[in-house]
Amino acid sequence: MKGVKHKILVLSGKGGVGKSTFSAQLAHGLAADDTKQVALLDIDICGPSIPKMMGLEGEQVHQSGSGWSPVYVEENLGVMSVGFLLSSPDDAVIWRGPKKNGLIKQFLRDVDWGEVDYLIVDTPPGTSDEHLSIMQYLGATHIDGAVIITTPQEVALQDVRKEINFCHKVKLPVIGVVENMSGFICPKCKNESEIFPPTTGGAEMMCKNLNVSFLGKVPLDPQIGKSCDNGQSFLSEVPESPATSSYKNIIQRIQDYCGLHQSQEK
Amino acid sequence: MEETAGEKSNLAGVRHILLVLSGKGGVGKSTISTELALALRHAGKKVGILDVDLCGPSIPRMLKVQDKDVHQCDSGWVPVFVDQDKSISLMSIGFLLEKPDDAVVWRGPKKNALIKQFISDVAWGGLDFLIVDTPPGTSDEHISTVESLRPYQPLGAVLVTTPQAVSVGDVRRELTFCKKTGLRVIGIIENMSGFVCPHCSECTNIFSKGGGEELAKHAGVPFLGCVPLDPQLTQSLEEGRDFIQEFPKSSAFPALANIAQQILDGTSPQSS
Repeated sequence: MKGVKHKILVLSGKGGVGKSTFSAQLAHGLAADDTKQVALLDIDICGPSIPKMMGLEGEQVHQSGSGWSPVYVEENLGVMSVGFLLSSPDDAVIWRGPKKNGLIKQFLRDVDWGEVDYLIVDTPPGTSDEHLSIMQYLGATHIDGAVIITTPQEVALQDVRKEINFCHKVKLPVIGVVENMSGFICPKCKNESEIFPPTTGGAEMMCKNLNVSFLGKVPLDPQIGKSCDNGQSFLSEVPESPATSSYKNIIQRIQDYCGLHQSQEK
Repeated sequence: MEETAGEKSNLAGVRHILLVLSGKGGVGKSTISTELALALRHAGKKVGILDVDLCGPSIPRMLKVQDKDVHQCDSGWVPVFVDQDKSISLMSIGFLLEKPDDAVVWRGPKKNALIKQFISDVAWGGLDFLIVDTPPGTSDEHISTVESLRPYQPLGAVLVTTPQAVSVGDVRRELTFCKKTGLRVIGIIENMSGFVCPHCSECTNIFSKGGGEELAKHAGVPFLGCVPLDPQLTQSLEEGRDFIQEFPKSSAFPALANIAQQILDGTSPQSS
């Protein structure tokens, strides 16, 4: 982990809000700059989605003299996931905490990441073993912070508030909150519908109340799910979508945050 | 597990136990659990819901009982009753937290201990159905729940997925979990299946379409139906209203009612 400049965790108390989708787009977005080396680590042990989203399903990790080698999407974008260790897509990882923790430790210690500008860690939902372990193992090094993903409705926000409290408890800085699945524009009539209504003001209001940064909203776009299913980068596949410009804005803000952080430390 | 043979277990009066599972988070497990409970109540059944999602309990809010407390009685915890007729009762960690935003930052062993307590120490009384809502994954909570419930039959699982391949992939793994633990699969539900624009009635498959049905065919388990994305459903859950009672004309209603009916048919005396 010594060769890693910036470490970003992607978190959410709630499942299915788009953590992996965001992690994948963030990785693609950061790797668009050829001079930057990006690593994406998936610690969702029971439900690894990253291999499919990155178009790497069926890939296996290789052993090298210096440990496991990540699977590379592009020269400057390496990926590691439990998905690469399973022999069939039906394989279930039915593990209790300690075994999951062991694997996470191995991912951090035994993967030969090389020199990396950004390490993005995609996490499972909740505030349990995986989260405590990653904090414990990365805690000794510097972590830039967490990006927290939510959807607009209160049922999701109530779990996300817990996750923010978790961050405070373990002293993990919150880079900011992204509101995903925020409104849907009908492709036929161009009217907007709130499929997941922000009945309590959405993520923006929550951020104001909790005094954390709000990074922006990403609307629902059927192309996003499709790109993920096909393992393509949504940002380069559908550059004209409003969702692409919001992703890009948010990624820029994260880069700025990391840059500012670094210069402050110097 | 045999120690309950002598004294009466708290689950002795429960006729059917349904686990709601999914490898994937946010696909609507709690939504399906809540609406199934409401639909079964509508059919005159007594229903209990056990929420074993310890890090993200959603059901208390969905049933508008988030401010209630559980009480103790001789045989354990008294669940929270959702209505005056006491036809739906609920147990969730949400009732045990001091502040609603408190994070439950627990590793496996602590979660397992609470789940065991939830299964042995809640005084449900007589129930037609106990619905167990679970967190995503195939880990501590799932292993503990299935292990502790194993002595109680009949027991079956309903699997929830959304249509896209990324979600179906996780649910395939959950099916393997069911197979390995010997848990009977009642069927698969495809949730968030298409959205009908309220302005122009155009249907958009926001999260693709058909993945759940395909998986059911592939795995040789029953397909229980598609539930469309329906803002009236999400809104009802946000406000803790009874969707089944209030929105019989909405697009998700027939789907949910049909699924509840299949579960009733599947558990009627002649078939079980």
